[in-house]
Amino acid sequence: MIELLQEYWRAFLYTDGQNITGLAMTMWLLSASIAIGFIASIPLSIARVSPNPLVRWPVQFYTYLFRGTPLYIQLLICYTGIYSLQVVRDQPMLNTFFRDAMNCTILAFALNTCAYTTEIFAGAIRSMNHGEVEAAKAYGLTGWRLYTYVIMPSALRRSLPYYSNEVILMLHSTTVAFTATVPDILKVARDANSATFLTFQSFGIAALIYLAVTFMLVGLFRLAERRWLAFLGPTH
Amino acid sequence: MFETLLQNLGLSAFSLKGFGPLLLQGTWMTVKLSVMSLLLAIVLGLLGASAKLSKAAVLRIPAQVYTTLIRGVPDLVLMLLIFYSLQTWLTTFTEAMEWDYIEIDPFAAGVITLGFIYGAYFTETFRGAILAVPRGQVEAATAYGLSRSQRFRFVVFPQMMRFALPGIGNNWQVVLKATALVSIIGLADLVKASQDAGKSTYQLFYFLVLAALIYLVITSVSNFALRWAERRYAAGSREAQR
Repeated sequence: MIELLQEYWRAFLYTDGQNITGLAMTMWLLSASIAIGFIASIPLSIARVSPNPLVRWPVQFYTYLFRGTPLYIQLLICYTGIYSLQVVRDQPMLNTFFRDAMNCTILAFALNTCAYTTEIFAGAIRSMNHGEVEAAKAYGLTGWRLYTYVIMPSALRRSLPYYSNEVILMLHSTTVAFTATVPDILKVARDANSATFLTFQSFGIAALIYLAVTFMLVGLFRLAERRWLAFLGPTH
Repeated sequence: MFETLLQNLGLSAFSLKGFGPLLLQGTWMTVKLSVMSLLLAIVLGLLGASAKLSKAAVLRIPAQVYTTLIRGVPDLVLMLLIFYSLQTWLTTFTEAMEWDYIEIDPFAAGVITLGFIYGAYFTETFRGAILAVPRGQVEAATAYGLSRSQRFRFVVFPQMMRFALPGIGNNWQVVLKATALVSIIGLADLVKASQDAGKSTYQLFYFLVLAALIYLVITSVSNFALRWAERRYAAGSREAQR
């Protein structure tokens, strides 16, 4: 156990000597996919609640597809499936993009988390107090300004508890990245396992690291909720 | 016959190239594995929820540790941890007892692993649902002289199901999608079947999309069934008109 730690602690945390591995890689995967997913989900969630079916249905179809299938399949399609198509290999730009495991992984993760986040934000917009919107309209706010000043700030705040769940689930989902040869925490644990045969210890260390990151995220979101959801708490 | 029909119609790109039975077997494996794991998880969840709501700290604290640890660690890590360690532990145990070597069936190991992991999620679902049943219901049942088990069977359980159903539905979808990971630990499920078919026909994209569509069909059908169950268990309750 001590020897395992001595040999692999650097790989588990940040590097195996050449590449970024372990915790650093997992955090990079998580933050990149969460950031892309968050930015894309804001316009998509507004489209998702649009009264116009031509705007609403494509987004609904997208979230239906990505929430109804396992992330592992989505990653496999992105990483091995798309690259097996001759059409993709013939295009130099697509060829370089899909040949890189990292690009495919972040693409699959971002598309997946964006679908879930879109539904969370759309739910928050839908469940918004009608009086809040009516008051904003009475003040003469319409369109873009109605959304940026009133609807989105309120909806994003209220979806914070659900969003924190999604971020933690996404952290747990990043573990499938090792199947696309991305050296995240689990990949290091598997390498350590096959080199030392200390199965329980190798995966146990990985489990403890994930547990620590989960607790850290839970704590951060609790702080964020205390700040941004203070208006929902009891008045003193 | 189906293959020739497709060829005559000029749709040979859509044929399964003889991999239909393999995919069907994989689908059956996925469904079997998810349903069995779900049942185990529900049983563990009910036990866990009662332990968590119990007055005895001997029951409450282990249940708390179980749900916190399991829900804090990714399912794939736990799967690899439990799946590979299960055999090692059993071998150590049988050797210590001087019994014969027992090999764990991969399917059983998969069910135990998935059931154990999602039992923690179900514990939380059921705990919330039991707490949502109004306290007066249990008190009234006690006043009628029902025993503990009668109280649970006739009063708490039917009412708590209504609150638990949305959670059960969510967890079912999560379990179903989590079974896609068992191909990593070597079970021949839908993902493995589609990968094998795709690799030997050089049509990986087509077969993976097909697998995704099969998952989509299963989730859609189960969503539909769940709506029905929700309506059925909502009998006797109503929502305010908006």
